[in-house]
Amino acid sequence: MHVQLTDVHMEIDDLPIVAAASLRAETGEMVGIIGPNGSGKSTLLRSIYRTLQPVGGLVTVGGDDVWSLSSRQSAQRTAVVAQEATADFDFSVTEVVTMGRSPHLGLLQRESDTDHDIVTEAMARVGIADKANRVFATLSGGEKQRVLVARALAQRSRVLILDEPTNHLDIRAQLELLELIRDLGITTIAALHELNLAAHYCDWLTVLDRGRVVATGSVDEVLTPALLADVFGVACHCGIHPVTGRFHLAYTPLQDQRLGER
Amino acid sequence: MTSHEVSVVGDAAEQRHHLVPRNRFGAFMVLLVVVSVLSLAAGIAIGSVTVPLRDVVDVVLDRLWPWYEADERGVNDQIIWEIRTPRALLGFVVGAALSVTGAVLQALVRNPLADPYILGVASGASLGAVTVLVLGSGVAAGLGVSGAAFAGALLALLAVFILGRQGETLVPTKLILAGVALSYVLSSVTSYLQIIAEPNRIQGVLVWLLGTLTLSGWGDLGLPAIVTVLSTGWLLVRARPLNALLMGDEAAASLGVDLRRFRSELLVVSSLLVAVVVAVSGSIGFVGLMIPHIVRMLVGSDHRRLLPAAALLGGSYLVWIDILARSIRRPVEVPLSIITAAIGGPFFLWLMRRRAPRLHVRRCRTISNTERTMT
Repeated sequence: MHVQLTDVHMEIDDLPIVAAASLRAETGEMVGIIGPNGSGKSTLLRSIYRTLQPVGGLVTVGGDDVWSLSSRQSAQRTAVVAQEATADFDFSVTEVVTMGRSPHLGLLQRESDTDHDIVTEAMARVGIADKANRVFATLSGGEKQRVLVARALAQRSRVLILDEPTNHLDIRAQLELLELIRDLGITTIAALHELNLAAHYCDWLTVLDRGRVVATGSVDEVLTPALLADVFGVACHCGIHPVTGRFHLAYTPLQDQRLGER
Repeated sequence: MTSHEVSVVGDAAEQRHHLVPRNRFGAFMVLLVVVSVLSLAAGIAIGSVTVPLRDVVDVVLDRLWPWYEADERGVNDQIIWEIRTPRALLGFVVGAALSVTGAVLQALVRNPLADPYILGVASGASLGAVTVLVLGSGVAAGLGVSGAAFAGALLALLAVFILGRQGETLVPTKLILAGVALSYVLSSVTSYLQIIAEPNRIQGVLVWLLGTLTLSGWGDLGLPAIVTVLSTGWLLVRARPLNALLMGDEAAASLGVDLRRFRSELLVVSSLLVAVVVAVSGSIGFVGLMIPHIVRMLVGSDHRRLLPAAALLGGSYLVWIDILARSIRRPVEVPLSIITAAIGGPFFLWLMRRRAPRLHVRRCRTISNTERTMT
């Protein structure tokens, strides 16, 4: 299922946050949105999962304007994994994953055996089947994010939105989480902070700066030293990772490089 | 030191588990129903004249079931059926309504300290009731105390909803701020009325402000009972979106909850429910704050279990509080808030102390993070 954003304008309390942003993700692709803090990444994602309505432009998922769908219909297509949930409740892992079935259930409807099978399968797929009865809040950050990915899978959505899912995770958990998500093969749009993770896992990158899309393209088209200096204010050496053979960045503060050149 | 920390973490993990296992929930609800029935029976039996439980059963069955062959109707018949029964039932309804709305509002604003009066409903009701108690019903278009309280609660709610609105959306934080500010304004008027009141009316005012079921008869029971049953049913049907709301706005939205509409509906339903019960009982504090916390410890955060259990436990609790209120200093009836606050305050201190280790661990982590960023 593909996602298309056309000329999206978004405001929060009458302040423009995103201006004329366009973006496209084909079925099965992973598109990364990168940009400094406050560049509008999260806000833009909200227009896709119906939390903040754009003041202009069009957002379609599977060809339909998401803002003309009902909340339930939209949730059947799009699932979200946001930053680590700081939750103070005692739902078990199974209960949290089962919540993923709610867009498919009526208010009075109970979960069927099929729903429970879907939940079990989702937990197995992300490798948390052994923690099914643990209390969600007692898990580590990486485990929590896996549970939320399982919830998204249980939702049987065809599009996955990730809003800086690797924040607060240690390096290994970051890699494992993105590895897992890429292997799912679902259309994914992810706001990511860590540029090397974005470079490694995404098929396409879109760069936001102060609410505007300043670049879109493949990883090596987008991550140029000029753009990184301009948008992120860092000096950058772009090379090839010695092990993975993929695009890799090494960055330093801008001033340091000037010192080095002298 | 390390072993100490480990034990603290272990405790925290254990505290997350609720006390009643999921597969025992049915049995626990049966127990709560039994407790509720016994509490109501006790509420009817105990009072200035304590009647034997057998008479209570006799009279109630006789009234409810025409074919029941009761012993001849004794002098207790009137006390039991006309006075004690509606009062016990009303206490149960008020306790249930306050507990359910407390649980819902705590989930809605994601604040464990939210209580049913957070939107200024109680201050509006108080002003209405005190106006009639002090100045007579002539100034309130002939409304009685309950009627004026209900009108005051509705007007206060209306004002808060208008002030806390942003476009077509009700914004919880704005509503709370509006509710708090309006409460202060209304309380100042209520206090002024108390100052100018004739001395012999002061006690009635004080008793109403601190919550009482003294005025209740069958006539006061109908509306609160119907509204409580309907609203609780309405909320119970929405237990799944309520759970999603606990996971965060983004999560709820992505799980198919229409956030703006759902929040507005929750606010309107729960505050109307509070308005209806406050009108007949005055503002009884701490019940809507304490019972949801106790019930979460027992059955967990899942609203499908939390709401029905909170209704039954909160109802029983307030029936016992009313029994205490009538028994502590006969023949004087102590206002209910005096007792609920005396129990609720220490309960919260205990809860805070009990949770302290976990908060401590969390704070340490925050500080070390801050230090890391500073260096």
